[in-house]
Amino acid sequence: METIINTTKLDVFRSHLTPTAINLPSAIVQEVNAVLDQTDFPTTRQEAWKYTRVGKIAAISAQQGITPSDDTSFPIIDQEAYTIHVVNGQPIWTTAQDKLPQGVHIKTLSSCNEAELQQLFEKKIQGIDVFQALNIAYLTDGLFITVDENVSIDHPIQLLHLNTTDSQVSNVSHFISAHKGSKASFIIGSLSSANSNSFTNSSLNVHVAENATLTIDKLQVEEEGNLIVSNELVTQENGSTFTINTITLNGSLVRNNLTIEVDGTNCTTNLNGAYLLKGNQHVDNHTVVDHKQPHCNSNELYKGVMDDQSTGVFNGKVFVREDAQKINAFQSNGNVLLSDSATINSKPELEIYADDVKCSHGSTTGQLDEEAVFYLRARGLSEASARQLLVSAFISDVLDKIENDAVGTFIDDVLSNRFGWQR
Amino acid sequence: MIKIENLHASIEGKEILKGLNLTVNAGEVHAIMGPNGAGKSTLASVLAGREEYEITAGSVDFDGNDLLEMSTEDRAREGLFLAFQYPVEIPGVSNVNFLKTAVNEIREYKGLEPISAKDFMQKVREKSALVELDSKLASRAVNEGFSGGEKKRNEIFQMAMLEPKLAILDETDSGLDIDALRIVANGVNKLKSPENACIVITHYQRLLDYIIPDFVHVLYNGRIVKSGPKELALELEEKGYDWIKEEVDSVNA
Repeated sequence: METIINTTKLDVFRSHLTPTAINLPSAIVQEVNAVLDQTDFPTTRQEAWKYTRVGKIAAISAQQGITPSDDTSFPIIDQEAYTIHVVNGQPIWTTAQDKLPQGVHIKTLSSCNEAELQQLFEKKIQGIDVFQALNIAYLTDGLFITVDENVSIDHPIQLLHLNTTDSQVSNVSHFISAHKGSKASFIIGSLSSANSNSFTNSSLNVHVAENATLTIDKLQVEEEGNLIVSNELVTQENGSTFTINTITLNGSLVRNNLTIEVDGTNCTTNLNGAYLLKGNQHVDNHTVVDHKQPHCNSNELYKGVMDDQSTGVFNGKVFVREDAQKINAFQSNGNVLLSDSATINSKPELEIYADDVKCSHGSTTGQLDEEAVFYLRARGLSEASARQLLVSAFISDVLDKIENDAVGTFIDDVLSNRFGWQR
Repeated sequence: MIKIENLHASIEGKEILKGLNLTVNAGEVHAIMGPNGAGKSTLASVLAGREEYEITAGSVDFDGNDLLEMSTEDRAREGLFLAFQYPVEIPGVSNVNFLKTAVNEIREYKGLEPISAKDFMQKVREKSALVELDSKLASRAVNEGFSGGEKKRNEIFQMAMLEPKLAILDETDSGLDIDALRIVANGVNKLKSPENACIVITHYQRLLDYIIPDFVHVLYNGRIVKSGPKELALELEEKGYDWIKEEVDSVNA
């Protein structure tokens, strides 16, 4: 009898990775490895990955554990924010730990004990996919952030991720727990400076407790050629407000899985996204808003502009569960294609099991209004200025929702440097 | 100012302008009238540089430049202005912001420094008053949610801001009530000077009660078939176009 052992792409990919050194409970590590042993990278035959090929990720021969020298200076988005850089998966305290505001606690996962890790990770392993399993099995490190009850933070906390060498693979996992009545904002940036094939597989769990308000500005501006898969799971309790603005301006392959479980009444949820793509970029936003409780509002607005051969994917799903009456859920995805070779796959989905709700969803795709371009040119604007003005007007709906001026300025700088646009 | 000679233009293979001649000098107001389908709006579109039209013959000299060789924006920068028959709504683009960009790109083209924010706003206030355009409208998104009359007033406001040498008003009177018509005409009259000129394209004589033309031309079947003093407009209003059509067709027959 002959035994055939099929070596999967995932096996090859894993052979270059170093198993996690974080003190995770062995049962959890065993379980995620069991998941990885039984599967392979997703293919386009799977609905969730229908438009996104992960071959570029599978092909990486990972480099790990390269530590940059201490005197390297890393980019900062908001000078006033409390800053932690996560370089090649390793946290660096740019703002000293003792300079953090009162009522905010941040510790690295590598400094957590097994009991704490058990608590953080036990729920994470239910029904996980390949990337989430890889994230845990090869976890580089991450942060566990707590904002105490009724604490309001004066400036945002910014977590800035960078891979500094080609083929660096970083598996990073963060936890944010915003306690009752607290108010905080975060900037989460992916700013890899490696030239190509660095891959950040990140995971973020957010808990927004009763009457807490939490805002995340998420900026993905990697050097072209780098890859990101990002999984976010947010849970909201009664009376909480959660806002996330996901802005993707560079990077060769970006996949965002954003799931928000609204498990409380009187919650507000805002999801805004903007993606401006060119070259061969591929950006895929999958979002889920799951309304489990009544009397909540959610607003989702994603807008994209695709140039050259770039591809955008938007898949937004809203669930309204049976007991979730009096829900207002709005979802909209708008796209502009600037070239004949650019593509967008947009799929808005609603699943409603309650009968007293107001929900809407819509998706539009078009080109710039040529009559408007002509009108502006007839007033003396160059064709480039006319097009830029129209694109800016289109995307500004989303960008204007960002309240942090430093983040706005950072985005404007990228628009100007990368796209030659002024807003 | 502008000299159009033997202009032929077609769209999708169909010839619309069939040898049009027209000369407009500085300080003059010319009215172009004519029945539907005569080619009035085509003339305006061709002069502004709409790319759907193919120029098959003829020339247009604009102050010593070959107009037909210039891009739409360069025509505007050289001082040609088209008031659109159907002004476009542009959501999200503020009227004032886009005009500031336009003014500055025109100034850059002429080698001038950008206008200061203060001078620009002063000019916005002055010129919006000229066409009785609420300054709130001036700062709203271009034409978005404007009434028909507001859109046309906005065209004249933009014209006032850009101070063109040659303004072409393409059926600016269409869709206007009598008060809006008076306001628009007043705006045009106040901008009139010995250095600039105006071509008023219209279907009806009504506008010409307010904007007094120096010459009236009748455009029919792609050519100017009759020219005369302002009284010609009154004659057309009274008798319609049929007598001219018959005159032309009998000559051609």
